[in-house]
Amino acid sequence: MIDLKISGGYVYDPANGLDGQVRDLWVHNGRIVENPSHPDEKPVRHLNAAGLVVMPGGVDMHCHIAGPKVNTARKMRPEEKRRDTPVRRTASTHSGSMGSVPSTFATGYKYLGLGYTTAFDAAVPPLSARHAHEEFEDTPCIDKGFYVLMGNNHYVMNSIQNQELERLQAFVGWLLGAAKGYAAKLVNPGGVEVWKHHQAGNVSGLDEPVDHFGVTPRQIIREVAHSVDRLGLPHAVHVHCNNLGMPGNWQTTLETMRALEGHRGHLTHIQFHSYGGGEGDENTFNSKAVELADYVNAHENLTVDVGQVLFGETTSMTGDGPLGYFLSNVYGTKWFSADIEMESGCGIAPIQYRNKSLVHSLQWAIGLEWYLLIQDPWRVVMSTDHPNGGSFLAYPQIIRLLMDRTYRQDILKTVHPQVRQRSILADLDREYTLGEICIVTRAAPARILGLHHKGHLGPGADADITIYTPHENKEIMFELPRYVIKAGKILAEEGDIREEHLGKTLHVRPDYDPDIEPDIADWFEQYYSIRFRNYPVSDHYLQESEQIPCRNLETSAGDDVPGPDSHGD
Amino acid sequence: MIESNQVSSPEEIKIVKDATCTFCGCVCDDIDLKVQGHEILEAKRACVLGNGWFLNHGVDTRPDCFVEGRPAPVEEGVERAAQILTRARYPLIYGLSDTTTEAQRVAVGIGDWIGGNIDTTTSVCHGPSGMAFQGVGEATCSLGEVRNRGDLIMFWGSNPAESHPRHFTKYSLMPKGMFLPNGRKDRTCVIVDVRKTKSARAADIFIQIKPRKDFEALWTLRALAQGIDLDPVEVEQETGNPLSLWQDLMDRMKAAKFGVIFFGMGLTMTRGKHANSEALLTLTRDMNRYTRFVCKANRGHGNVSGADNVVSWRTGYPFGVNLARGYPRFNPGEYTAADVLARGEADAAMIIASDPMANFSQPARQHLASIPYVAMDPKETPTTRSAAVAFTVATYGINVPGTVYRMDDIPIPLRPAFESSHPSDLEILQGIERRVRELNRQMIRADS
Repeated sequence: MIDLKISGGYVYDPANGLDGQVRDLWVHNGRIVENPSHPDEKPVRHLNAAGLVVMPGGVDMHCHIAGPKVNTARKMRPEEKRRDTPVRRTASTHSGSMGSVPSTFATGYKYLGLGYTTAFDAAVPPLSARHAHEEFEDTPCIDKGFYVLMGNNHYVMNSIQNQELERLQAFVGWLLGAAKGYAAKLVNPGGVEVWKHHQAGNVSGLDEPVDHFGVTPRQIIREVAHSVDRLGLPHAVHVHCNNLGMPGNWQTTLETMRALEGHRGHLTHIQFHSYGGGEGDENTFNSKAVELADYVNAHENLTVDVGQVLFGETTSMTGDGPLGYFLSNVYGTKWFSADIEMESGCGIAPIQYRNKSLVHSLQWAIGLEWYLLIQDPWRVVMSTDHPNGGSFLAYPQIIRLLMDRTYRQDILKTVHPQVRQRSILADLDREYTLGEICIVTRAAPARILGLHHKGHLGPGADADITIYTPHENKEIMFELPRYVIKAGKILAEEGDIREEHLGKTLHVRPDYDPDIEPDIADWFEQYYSIRFRNYPVSDHYLQESEQIPCRNLETSAGDDVPGPDSHGD
Repeated sequence: MIESNQVSSPEEIKIVKDATCTFCGCVCDDIDLKVQGHEILEAKRACVLGNGWFLNHGVDTRPDCFVEGRPAPVEEGVERAAQILTRARYPLIYGLSDTTTEAQRVAVGIGDWIGGNIDTTTSVCHGPSGMAFQGVGEATCSLGEVRNRGDLIMFWGSNPAESHPRHFTKYSLMPKGMFLPNGRKDRTCVIVDVRKTKSARAADIFIQIKPRKDFEALWTLRALAQGIDLDPVEVEQETGNPLSLWQDLMDRMKAAKFGVIFFGMGLTMTRGKHANSEALLTLTRDMNRYTRFVCKANRGHGNVSGADNVVSWRTGYPFGVNLARGYPRFNPGEYTAADVLARGEADAAMIIASDPMANFSQPARQHLASIPYVAMDPKETPTTRSAAVAFTVATYGINVPGTVYRMDDIPIPLRPAFESSHPSDLEILQGIERRVRELNRQMIRADS
């Protein structure tokens, strides 16, 4: 007998052409299966979804939920946890604390309760990869993975400096496998190394050479993007551009897109990188979302997630060390910074986004502009860069802002009045459909990540399914799903976790030239403070896991640049 | 979870390369162990403390378990432990800094299921630094950055020559680093302490301050950093050193390219406690207006940083956490073990890899002795001797694989030398957790 039948729901499955048609779904062994040929086939369990909306489980492709930076933020912010409603222990689930950086169990439960079944931490130093994996084992209910910081890695910069691009490619492959990570991440490429050399150090643009290494951010972006494509990684290079948050940074962002030279690239929390104005003068601050969105619309190799800002208190946390210093000085808050040898940095500071502030109001508006200006929803993904712009728990609010232009205009009236002059949000009357929401919250991120078995409900897909009760107010509809099914099991009903389930760690193991290892080992033993043998994460750290295959894009597709739509299931 | 070498026959000599020493917070992972049977013959590269740790670790033939002082099967001990913990109204779990993160995670889990109070040895060493951190944050780095970049190395209230013997040679003073090709010659070492410690010999500049005046000395430097005029007489009176000396130090700090301050319990456990730590963290932050500067607590126990991390990721708070209301609450002084015991509040306890009966205050010890408690330790200690249930456990890093976090939060795997006949604390804790959950379910059924 087949495990589960979900009957009669309005099914949204854009990858398979369904836009709210009534369909039955059958689930067996944790996956979606073909509808049985016998019409009187009985399932073990039958879930009547008549009148309800059925979608694949949500996929958060950029958040901060595990590892040293996240955990430091937990330690650093007891004050906000005390004010927030805690997660209580039940007979089968652990307790936890909330605030902007929830504890591990709370993170898993809250994602599941929201209908999200997969999430990726966006910035883990490989030296601390073990830590992220240990936290993942205590983050139940969701599948998860992380991106490996490498934009300021000395071996990467050395290889580029010496124009040894084969060596770079092998290293990127080796490093991802050693960390058991999922994708290559660049955070302020080159800038974090400069921060380690100078007071308030940073790079100012794409062509400023990095101390000691002589390479430029442009070279790092181009060559790592090239290596990622040559390794056939399921996800493109994931780029946090230089100059985050600075007035006038849109030109750096545009140059970053150009620096990819046609290689696949995902530009993350693009909202924070779309500012006009200059010289730190708040009076000149304005939106350049139109100019950048035009460029993205015209270039198929690019995808973005938004990094929406929401009003309220949260915690800024980043692998961008100089940014953390900048923010803590702007707002006069406590500040954490950690420089990690040979690899990366880290900055943490509390932040409060206020709708009376012109800058914050513009940030809020620019995020919404991005959703509304990208023509192809398959290339823009919902994110708050949790917790940087706000909590992932704010996604239902963003959905309402996108689906209900009257509500959007009402909120726009409550923010700083100058926003109307400095952005075009007031003139955008586009409203997202449910099908488009389904794309930007699950189908598109799954496709952009190269997860062929997620983000859709066709046979063979993971049976990660979220079932909503329709409601005119889309925030209400999306904040409390009726059922959330993970790997075929009904784990949550209206926010209550019925059963705990660990979830898988998703990782890659790219092929690379093994002859490089002695060279890495020599370099490593000379400069790192731990032994080379103690660096790679062993299989024992993966309880439940799935290795996502890489494919050689360049041999299969020639010189064609594979666009995000090029996959087919 | 584990990374282990193959186990060979008892007579054969084997070499375990890149083994990790868990004796102190340095967590050196470059030790080559020569092992024969149940004996470590040599621990290459280990310091005097590491040698003591590795070489004096014969097999303890004590029984695995004692219940009320008499030898008992492990199963009986696990059952009795689960009964004690589930029947208690205010159970305390304490210790955790000398075991693997794998075991720490289970211990915190038990604390949650029983609605207990959980605390680690952090509360009696760098707890004040943890509180100061919550107030102002911290600019810090991994130890490899110190090695590659640190050109001004300061130690404040810390005596690594005796507490962390390889600190100087492996991380902070002697090594040649990427930007310090001449090693020690490229660095300046400043040590500030209330007495001339063994470490003072390593210093280029040793500054002896008046006891209990750390806060005043740190604030003198904070003022000088900002160019505030100070009264020389008052400065000398308060700190025991002339203003010119502090000014000279501040000039050096500003001239450094990458300054580092390591601080120890000489700062955190003297008058001022968390205010001292906060002054040092803030001074470090101030210095980033002029150059790059970082600081780092020299943590003592091998995996005390792991304990901070595990308690934080599971509860949101680093130590001193109470779960009695069904969710975590944090309040140092209220939920820290020494205070919970001294006030006579806990009615049962579980002590893991720690010896409060040897080092807590008299009222705390008296209360602990009066309540039923579970203890696990590789050796017999005053704490295991008075326990209702005591487990003799295998030693982490020598017999038990797993993960430890170095003082700079870098996670490092363990490569054990030989197997022990004793169970690991992870195995015991997993058994207790399983049984606690069964008993909880029975109680829920009985209630309904």
